[in-house]
Amino acid sequence: MGVKLLLDKANVPGIRTYEVYRREGGYRSVEKALKEMNPESIVEEVKKSGLRGRGGAGFPTGMKWSFIAKPEGVPRHLVCNADESEPGTFKDRYLMEFIPHLLLEGLIVSSFALGSHDTYIYIRGEYAWITDILEEAINEAKANGWLGKNILGTGFECNIHVHRGAGAYICGEETALIESLEGKRGNPRIKPPFPAIQGLWQRPTVVNNVETLAAIVPIINMGGEEYAKIGVGRSTGTKLISACGNINKPGVYEIDMTISVEEFIYSDEYCGGIKGGKQLKACIPGGSSVPILPANLLLKTATGETRYMNYESLSDGGFATGSMLGSGGFIVLDEDQCIVKNTLTLARFYRHESCGQCSPCREGTGWMEKILHKIEHGHGTIADIDLLWDIQRKIEGNTICPLGDAAAWPVAAAIRHFRDEFEWHINNPVLSQTSNFGLQHYADPIHVPA
Amino acid sequence: MTYTFNDTQMAELNRLVARYPEGKQKSALLPALHLAQDSFDGWLPTELMDYIANLLKIEPIEVYEVASFYSMFNLKPVGKFIFEVCQTGPCMISGSDDIIAYIQEKLDIKPGETTKDGVFTLKLVECLGACGYAPMMQVGKIFREHLTKEKVDSIIAEYRATVTN
Ligand SMILES: Cc1cc2nc3c(=O)[nH]c(=O)nc-3n(C[C@H](O)[C@H](O)[C@H](O)COP(=O)(O)O)c2cc1C
Ligand code: SF4
Ligand code: FES
Repeated sequence: MGVKLLLDKANVPGIRTYEVYRREGGYRSVEKALKEMNPESIVEEVKKSGLRGRGGAGFPTGMKWSFIAKPEGVPRHLVCNADESEPGTFKDRYLMEFIPHLLLEGLIVSSFALGSHDTYIYIRGEYAWITDILEEAINEAKANGWLGKNILGTGFECNIHVHRGAGAYICGEETALIESLEGKRGNPRIKPPFPAIQGLWQRPTVVNNVETLAAIVPIINMGGEEYAKIGVGRSTGTKLISACGNINKPGVYEIDMTISVEEFIYSDEYCGGIKGGKQLKACIPGGSSVPILPANLLLKTATGETRYMNYESLSDGGFATGSMLGSGGFIVLDEDQCIVKNTLTLARFYRHESCGQCSPCREGTGWMEKILHKIEHGHGTIADIDLLWDIQRKIEGNTICPLGDAAAWPVAAAIRHFRDEFEWHINNPVLSQTSNFGLQHYADPIHVPA
Repeated sequence: MTYTFNDTQMAELNRLVARYPEGKQKSALLPALHLAQDSFDGWLPTELMDYIANLLKIEPIEVYEVASFYSMFNLKPVGKFIFEVCQTGPCMISGSDDIIAYIQEKLDIKPGETTKDGVFTLKLVECLGACGYAPMMQVGKIFREHLTKEKVDSIIAEYRATVTN
């Protein structure tokens, strides 16, 4: 059993309620932070912990917090990003649904550190029942003196508000989220200015992911240095992984980032192996935006090293032979899955979710979907593969926000590693409508030159 | 048709607006539109959007442009129950195609259509954050997960029963 810091109490009956949560030691970090620490020392602890943002980009949280501007007389805001819409990702939902008070506890400490008196949770609109759970938890916390004015008699005031989105993946991007929170369309802003200087209502704002903010609780309780001892290298602490696809045990797992990808997939403690005793063909290890890897490059790096479930190891080899930990949305594909079709559904997703502000993203995502649709339905040509490659390359890096890159990468990686499957589809327009390319050589050991 | 919130709905609107600073009531637009859509017929006719604009003291166009941006707001009439079935990668590799085909057959409608009796609308949507519990669909406020054909049958029967009684 690995270390658990967030979900250690997830199975305690009634942990969703304030009473049980508190009895199990909840809200201790608020007492410690408000009574024994000050905002600066909290930011220091978070820096020492090495915590990196759990929303996907992995930016060091302590450093992000230290950038927030503190102009005289201007309120500052902490916003919790609970938009969770990256395909394959459903970890924040689990945390909020089952241990809502852990998030609130993290939010109160973080609000104190950042000086936010009105903190917002921006939750995706479809998580309607979780909105109710959070509101209930907020009421309980308020009734017990953890929210509102003069918390613990320290004079610190903090209110938490839940704001429901309404169905738009782009609102997970932090500046689009801010626009949406202002009651507008979710069009990402051009940066600079960064939210830390001018965010919500032009005020200094920090946007952090749900899991990031929950992790503040163990960091304060155990101290940043102790937290940093868990994990390996710059992958400190624990990470929630939401595993889905063709595995025996889909679900949300908390891992310390020292386990191998192989163990994660095959051990009964985690995914429990591939469903139906089939073979592993490919995996998208960090949410739909990160590069897909064939089985052989997933389990071992291009140099034959074991690949581990952490930031560094999953990205070993760069995009040529590696991927990313991303949001922790771990999507497993078995030998019967078609890479072309899978890529098509993702291309459709990004076309649907593009806000339309930048031409490369708006037009490019539409073209990619159309071409993939053509190939999938037996009307593609070999030149289409090159055209796809060309389009994705023209989107990447040429847009206001990273959604453009996120749309380009899955297509690029699919062609990079599965080009022969695309060619097979094109060369077998009839056969490919009723059967799949299959596993082929994708799980074969990679030849590592001596 | 003119729309007016009753006292409970108005109290809820005021609670929503109070979360934002003085003068920033436009921030309540998304929550207010959810309230409006849920309070009336499950969609947002122009008159209803105008009413919300009036309540939040913003221009009608500010409401239209927002309502048309977000996929949860319906700008056309819908059935009493909307089956929003996820079709994105993780659901697709877990068998959502079969479920979608089965629902179409059972309800005799295509995606985007409503049954003649006005009870069901079928909508295909993108990832709802339930990938590990696929195939799945959202119906109203709840997620129906691990769908099988048998489960679809009983879900349809369940909702039908609520309208015939
Ligand atoms: C298109 C797009 C969608 C995103 N969706 C999410 C999301 O759903 N949840 C999230 O926490 N971060 C999301 N992000 C990342 C946020 O912009 C931001 O980096 C993150 O909330 C910062 O929090 P963290 O540092 O704690 O990870 C998204 C980014 C992009 C470009
Ligand atoms: S990259 Fe796409 S989603 Fe992002 S701002 Fe441009 S058009 Fe909008
Ligand atoms: S892909 Fe269907 S819920 Fe995520």
